[in-house]
Amino acid sequence: MSNTTVELTRPSVQAKRTPGKLAILWREVKKHKVSYFFLAPFLLLFTLFTIIPVITSFALSFTYYNMIESPKFIGWSNYKLLFVDDDIFLKAIANTLKFAVITGPVGYIMAFLLAWLISQIPVKYRFIYTLCFYTPAITSSIAISVVWLYMFSGDRYGLINYWSMKLGILNEPWLWLQNIKTIMPVLIIVSLWMSMGIGFLAFLAGLQNVPRDYYEAGAIDGVKNRFQELWYITIPSVKPQLLFGAVMQVVSSLQVFDISIQLLGMPSVLYAGHTVMTHLFDYAFIRFEMGYATAIAVVLFLMMVGLNRVIFRLLGSGE
Amino acid sequence: MIGTSSIVKGKRFDFSGLFLYTFLTALGLLMLAPLVYMFSSALKPTSELFLFPPRFFVVNPTLKNFKDLLLATGTSIVPFSRYIFNSIVVSSFIVVGSIIIAAMAAYPLSKHDMPFKRFIFNMILLALMFAPQVTQIPQFIVIKELGLINTYAALIIPALAAPVSLFLMKQFLDQIPNALLEATRIDGGNEWTTFWKVVMPMLKPAWATLALFSFISAWNDPWSANIYTTTEDMKTLPLALQTLSGGYGVVARTGTVAAASFLMVVPTILVFVITQRMVLETMAHSGIKE
Repeated sequence: MSNTTVELTRPSVQAKRTPGKLAILWREVKKHKVSYFFLAPFLLLFTLFTIIPVITSFALSFTYYNMIESPKFIGWSNYKLLFVDDDIFLKAIANTLKFAVITGPVGYIMAFLLAWLISQIPVKYRFIYTLCFYTPAITSSIAISVVWLYMFSGDRYGLINYWSMKLGILNEPWLWLQNIKTIMPVLIIVSLWMSMGIGFLAFLAGLQNVPRDYYEAGAIDGVKNRFQELWYITIPSVKPQLLFGAVMQVVSSLQVFDISIQLLGMPSVLYAGHTVMTHLFDYAFIRFEMGYATAIAVVLFLMMVGLNRVIFRLLGSGE
Repeated sequence: MIGTSSIVKGKRFDFSGLFLYTFLTALGLLMLAPLVYMFSSALKPTSELFLFPPRFFVVNPTLKNFKDLLLATGTSIVPFSRYIFNSIVVSSFIVVGSIIIAAMAAYPLSKHDMPFKRFIFNMILLALMFAPQVTQIPQFIVIKELGLINTYAALIIPALAAPVSLFLMKQFLDQIPNALLEATRIDGGNEWTTFWKVVMPMLKPAWATLALFSFISAWNDPWSANIYTTTEDMKTLPLALQTLSGGYGVVARTGTVAAASFLMVVPTILVFVITQRMVLETMAHSGIKE
């Protein structure tokens, strides 16, 4: 503020300085060249593998490109094709949203509540519970799919079919992974099992560090039970972690991929487990229609960033 | 130790506490069940693997499945140990590399005051908002143009600059007071020696955290090997496991697959057990404060 007023009151100096603005900036940059030197390795790789790819994606999504011939500009055709003619893509979007609408909020709330419950017990017991809930999240989905394939196996040898039939819930084996009624629920259950990830750890750490005097002050101010305490004291104190966890949750719910391919195959029966990511992978690395595939990537990118902007508005401190 | 229940209570028996432990224990066991089943399958002899009705725990544990995995599959083009070796090489380089690169970048972003600082950090925040998979196609083109297909570099380099690593490192460094850095600054030392002798040791909990996260994502990732390599001897463990299990619909070789899965999962758990204390210390500062 004060800088502008100074400059405004001295127009002659301002006029003389204007051409020098870039020069000043350059001098500042040169003065801090050590800082940029430290940043260089990261920025170089980040530019090469994140920034340039994002920009290239937008450009390529307007082309026909098959990796052999050079890209040919075709305007909005890819997008038109995607949203008008590609029924499977629309199905993939619907599946991804259905999946995300459930696993996103449920996984998020579950992670927070479990972290909160763990923070209520003495420190010495916390680790063992943390390990129980976090381990599924760090388990390779390829490795654990052996177990799921066996549990949800469609014949009467499958664990779930065996017990359901024994207990009289089912009369004959149910094809869990082939019947379109159960494909999505199975995908959701398996994903929820793995959803106590980085967000869960962030919550856990945040909750352990809420200063004790906040609670003591709260008790004096008339906070009566643990739920009031949770609502009025705990949640506001861990808001930054809640935002971080939400961002991670949005990204992971929209990128569902590994489990779908691993459990349901590619393509899944009647595309019932087909997601935006599997569609992308199909066009990119099986059909090598890179232009079309990047259009899918751009749509997914916009979905993730758009949703996260909303999350920021809802949970951000707004400062 | 002070009781952690935050509302001051009398001495009477705590029923809600009992309920809390029962609930957490039951849910915890349920969450672990699939993993326990996998571990017990890896130790099952053939006679127990195909029992009907299925049995959850192993009765006569054996290491035969592991032997089969390491010896019998050796008759195929490359021995299974090659995949393990590849995975170890790739993951170690990613872990060490991304820790150094993220720490170096976090230092000026947190403690220096240079032009574009805010802009760079905002870009990192933006990059947190989407999955790296979204940029896979141009990344593939970059790797191909650099002539890195079928090299370890292709599997390592793209994973080195993860935005989440830099973010966590920077947030952790932010809460270390500048005064502490100044106090320990070595007289006459330049920024480079300050970084290695003063800053790096203070970042230890953050290293441990990045070690955990980058190890897990590198170790569990089948897709870079799937996309960037074409030869059998460059495959990593998860990709080999995928081929071995045949994925969807294949039940054969259950024992060896369970043994391979076991080898996949155990290192991630070990790394978490080793790093957990420091990880929680770091994650306390993971919040996004705008």
